[in-house]
Amino acid sequence: MRSADVKFTVVLWGLLQAVRFMARRHPKFAKHLAEKNFTAQMRTKDNAVARYFTFENGKVISGRGLHKAPDIKVTVASAELGLRLFSLHVDEIERVEAIKGFQLQADGPDDLVVWFTQTLNMIPTLHWEYGTDLGNGVTRYVTNTNGGPAFVHVKDGKVVRLTPIEFDDTDAPTWSIEARGKRWTPPRQTSMASHTVCQKSTIYSPDRLLYPMKRVDFDPNGERNCENRGISGYVRISWDEALDIVASEIKRVKRDYGQGAIMCNHGSHHTWGNIGYYISAAYKFFNAIGTTKVMHNPDSWEGWYWGAMHHYGYSMRLGQVETYGLVEDLMKEAEMVVFWSADPETTSGSYSAHEGTPRRQWLKEMGIEVVHIDPYLNHTAALLGGKWIAPKPATDAAMGMAIAYVWITDDTYDKKFVADRCLGFEKWRDYLLGEEDGIAKTPEWQESETGVPAREVRALARRWASRKTYLGAGSWGNGHGGACRSATGIQWARTMACLMAMQGVGKPGVNYGLLQWGTPIDLGFSFPGYADGGMSGDLTSTALGVSLYLRMPQLPSFNTSSQKVPRLQIPEAILEGKAEGYPWDGQTIEGQFQKFSYPKAGHSTIQMLYKYGGASFGTMNDSNRYVKSYRTDKLPFVVNQSIWFEGEAKYADILLPACTNYERYDISEFGGTGGYALHGQTQMNHRVVLMQHKCIEPLGESKSDFQIFTELGSRLGLGTYFCEGMTELNWVKKMFDASDLPKHISWKKFLKKGYFVVPPSPEDQRDPPSNRWFYEGRKKDVPEPHPLPGDYSENYLEGLQTQSGKFEFECSSLKHFDANDPERPPIVKYLPSWEGAQSEDFKRYPLQLISPHSRFSYHTMNDGKDSSTNDIREHRVLIDGYYYWTLRISAQDALARGINMHDLVLAYNDRASVVCAAEVTGRLPDGVVHSYSASGVYDPMGEPGHSVDRGGCINQLTPKRSIAKKVTGTACNSCLIQVELWDGSAVLKTAPGKREEQEVAL
Amino acid sequence: MKKWNLVIDVAKCFNCNGCALSCHDEYYGNEFPGYAAEMQKHGQRWIDIRARETGQKPMVEVSYLPVMCNHCDNPPCLKAAKDGAVVKRDDGIVIIHPEKARGQRQIVEACPYQAVFWNEEKQLPQAWPFDAHLLDQGWTKTRGSQMCPTQAMRTLHVTDAEMQQLVERDGLEVLSPELGTRPRVYYRNLVRFFSVFIGGALTKTVKGVEECADGVHVKLLQQGSVVAEQTSDTFGEFRFSNLKPGSGAYQLQILDRPRLDVHLKEQSIYLGAIEASA
Repeated sequence: MRSADVKFTVVLWGLLQAVRFMARRHPKFAKHLAEKNFTAQMRTKDNAVARYFTFENGKVISGRGLHKAPDIKVTVASAELGLRLFSLHVDEIERVEAIKGFQLQADGPDDLVVWFTQTLNMIPTLHWEYGTDLGNGVTRYVTNTNGGPAFVHVKDGKVVRLTPIEFDDTDAPTWSIEARGKRWTPPRQTSMASHTVCQKSTIYSPDRLLYPMKRVDFDPNGERNCENRGISGYVRISWDEALDIVASEIKRVKRDYGQGAIMCNHGSHHTWGNIGYYISAAYKFFNAIGTTKVMHNPDSWEGWYWGAMHHYGYSMRLGQVETYGLVEDLMKEAEMVVFWSADPETTSGSYSAHEGTPRRQWLKEMGIEVVHIDPYLNHTAALLGGKWIAPKPATDAAMGMAIAYVWITDDTYDKKFVADRCLGFEKWRDYLLGEEDGIAKTPEWQESETGVPAREVRALARRWASRKTYLGAGSWGNGHGGACRSATGIQWARTMACLMAMQGVGKPGVNYGLLQWGTPIDLGFSFPGYADGGMSGDLTSTALGVSLYLRMPQLPSFNTSSQKVPRLQIPEAILEGKAEGYPWDGQTIEGQFQKFSYPKAGHSTIQMLYKYGGASFGTMNDSNRYVKSYRTDKLPFVVNQSIWFEGEAKYADILLPACTNYERYDISEFGGTGGYALHGQTQMNHRVVLMQHKCIEPLGESKSDFQIFTELGSRLGLGTYFCEGMTELNWVKKMFDASDLPKHISWKKFLKKGYFVVPPSPEDQRDPPSNRWFYEGRKKDVPEPHPLPGDYSENYLEGLQTQSGKFEFECSSLKHFDANDPERPPIVKYLPSWEGAQSEDFKRYPLQLISPHSRFSYHTMNDGKDSSTNDIREHRVLIDGYYYWTLRISAQDALARGINMHDLVLAYNDRASVVCAAEVTGRLPDGVVHSYSASGVYDPMGEPGHSVDRGGCINQLTPKRSIAKKVTGTACNSCLIQVELWDGSAVLKTAPGKREEQEVAL
Repeated sequence: MKKWNLVIDVAKCFNCNGCALSCHDEYYGNEFPGYAAEMQKHGQRWIDIRARETGQKPMVEVSYLPVMCNHCDNPPCLKAAKDGAVVKRDDGIVIIHPEKARGQRQIVEACPYQAVFWNEEKQLPQAWPFDAHLLDQGWTKTRGSQMCPTQAMRTLHVTDAEMQQLVERDGLEVLSPELGTRPRVYYRNLVRFFSVFIGGALTKTVKGVEECADGVHVKLLQQGSVVAEQTSDTFGEFRFSNLKPGSGAYQLQILDRPRLDVHLKEQSIYLGAIEASA
């Protein structure tokens, strides 16, 4: 025998000893071994080395050589390769290459291969320990959520409490900033958003799906009764039956209809983690079966993506500018912060809990003035104080233009910057001065649009020009939410960008921000964000290929179907069989111009919907459309993989119960987004990388998404490919190894303690402030790897992403695309909202509804579900035993309608009728109604899609029409409604008069 | 000896509900024998946050007031309780005993702060027990304090004498001091929740154009004497805050204009735009 053969023979014998030894030591493993009875043959291709393992009722019988009738065979090309692949330290590239190159192969039933390979990979994990004993039977685990990390106290297998993480002395120090004669430092702990504080109540919610279910009147081999979705009840079935049905439906529609017949649809952010999350496990599975993808629109950034980007680039940030060093610059230099459509205290920086909150508390002490521009006296304004200016919804661009007008006529803008770094200013200047259309965009002119007194706009403009001013536009400071999601969102974001260019953005104290992004943390430390692709293998639609694919070799995955459906037009795609849109593609500015249509050439129409993740009725415009699209045989099969029985889950044929991230392993970073929100960790006061412990066992028969995809995959022969023979914990360890963590902390310690705080940058090595390089005409010096090299017109790293490399008041990209588009001309112009005070329907529906990102839930997450947030009166109000969604209405509008505090009211228009609890408030101008956007509960009182909803899905009222014809974006903040006392009726209500055809088909 | 106190800054509370939700997290689904029986899932806001708006657009003030068991040094609930069902601990914390208090509804009614809740299922009066079970295990702050993102809610473990110094230094107040209950929950900027303001926006005409009149001196007078003075801001706005609701007749002196009479009732008054130079 060759020496390699001898060695590999010994290794295989050693494997047997390890299995037996571990079974003796770990009763759980012994129990695991009893799960299956079968024989696995391991061998080299030439059979020179071979050993079989027979698992029989928990015993392992093994022998050298070939078994007569093994159930599965694992074959390595050579003993040499076997030695390397079955050693303790495997070269990951070699492992992946061996699989790709058919040098490591498995034959036999896929579920047995998965079980066998996972069993072998489990061995090194068995002695791993995690959690901290707190005494009294309580163990402290760690998890991470989209509202911040948590210590999870567990006793007797049950979650006792969730707390923020208070750092100890062994954790890295906290940064401080010297400004205005004082050192400022944030609290040494993580913070938590309310939608995380309530999570114990949602883990143990009575709405948890605990068992696989089948709609009672759904028969895959007979009557499907699709029109009964949303009405019919469910019956409990076994996992085997559920997965068998789903697998056979996948095969059926592919066989019968071809490419693209399966559409997968995921919500945004229903849990958290780099492995078992949507841009990871779910993407790999969906790619593996080949699916029509739902093309999300940049729903929180619209105006920045479709508009502002054309002035300065930043396509890889969806049109938001770079975000470095801004906390320190603001604190040291700024004299004023203008919060424009910005409510960071409500939206928690999306994924960053209340990390920015303590920093904004410093503003007052530092003597920095603040101004708030928002139709609603939002929570940031209420907390921080300062002048509140309330323009009518979607008129903000007019106010912005009037500010620019004052600067031009006062001669108080940065003429040097405009001359040296910008292009096309004269054209915009002439438009503002009225030389183009005869209308000067004066403060008086804007008053008739916005309702804001001209004198206040002049005062603001002059104060702004005379002080070093930060613009906090949107809740991130450089975009996100609010006015960018209205019919004039493109104009607003563009105007904001132009204002900042006029004041010389990048100059000390002049920039975008509101102390939300740009803390002095160390971005050199590598840990991937969730958009970096995790285990997806997806090199085309995640950021995996940028660096994680190198750091964490894995089998690649590709979606064979290139068919896409715009998320805002799923109902049209299903019901009318056609849809078209413009994509969310941030690689270049021109990505968004590439119109696509459904069905795509050679592709099938949708025959099956695989819905994964959270409920989304509450987040989709004109949502009754989505309800209707379920209740039709044009969609013959729907599977929903969900944690809770809510929203669309009630419209499925088969329900697969997933567990929460408290019930599975994962790994992630606090606010670690990656991808389009690169370096999102700078919203945080500390970079915290979290081990997401499996704190409790999955409730009922629920399983992790990873496990569900593996088991379903096995029924398609794809399970081994999906999981690569590894468990979730193996993947977590792989991601640990792929990051910079091992340079700082051992796996053992990280796993046990559950988190690592990345030391901040030394004070003299902090990242420079954003845009300073551009202001000073230097090479780009912030750690941002975009724009892509090919997008520089001058030397690499010189200038912006625009064609000229300058800030373009007149946008080259829009000139190329459609210079005559009235909605998006090359210079930004004012066009009143197509659903607002100047619309025909305003007479019938005289109230303008704004529906910002919600405060106490995250999208639909942690709303409903009998969550503890139900008891927050700002969120829902208990009336006659039911928790109604809250809608705010001005005192005068309420008085005129006889509405008192917490009366039940009907908010309606031609699209829908929604019952809400009225909150009568002085925080709104008359004529404006405010209600948060994302109810998790859809509760029709009659026929679904055709009756009054009392769950509070406000988005049923919002228009499906895209912001502009040549983009695909939501204008949810442009919505006309009427509100009146509810008479208890379940029948849809409309205002008298002719229904105007508002919707313009694309 | 050191005792437990809570200090809440009303000016820093923005209704995030971190304290209220973490209180729910702590007491729903858990029981702590000797301290607290399990809380009912809904309707039991042991830490509740009351909201208040005052003023008129565009000058509106919003305040929030977290209210919970005050752990009074002279607790009315203790007097109302039978069989030693309410205990005042040496460290200041008041505990409604989860067994002994069963059936004693009068404990709920005795609390002038509506901070004791009736658990219908268990027939038990319940209130926020200052997270005493955690403090007894070595915690140094309550769940609400730990969660509070603005540090509006702070847990202080100090002697009564030290606490009194802080009360004087920071102008801390308690709810309804006239009741003589002597709460251990103190408030900073409490006046914000209960007071009203008189405000307005000054304008001037410059070359025929209306402008905000900034830097204008405004005096507030009561019965002929000046009680406060201010200078209008960038937007010409002035705001005399912390006035007592219903405090009656005031006059405003704006430059050499005739004095403006303002009658303050229960609500704040925003006078709207006022031509300063007229």
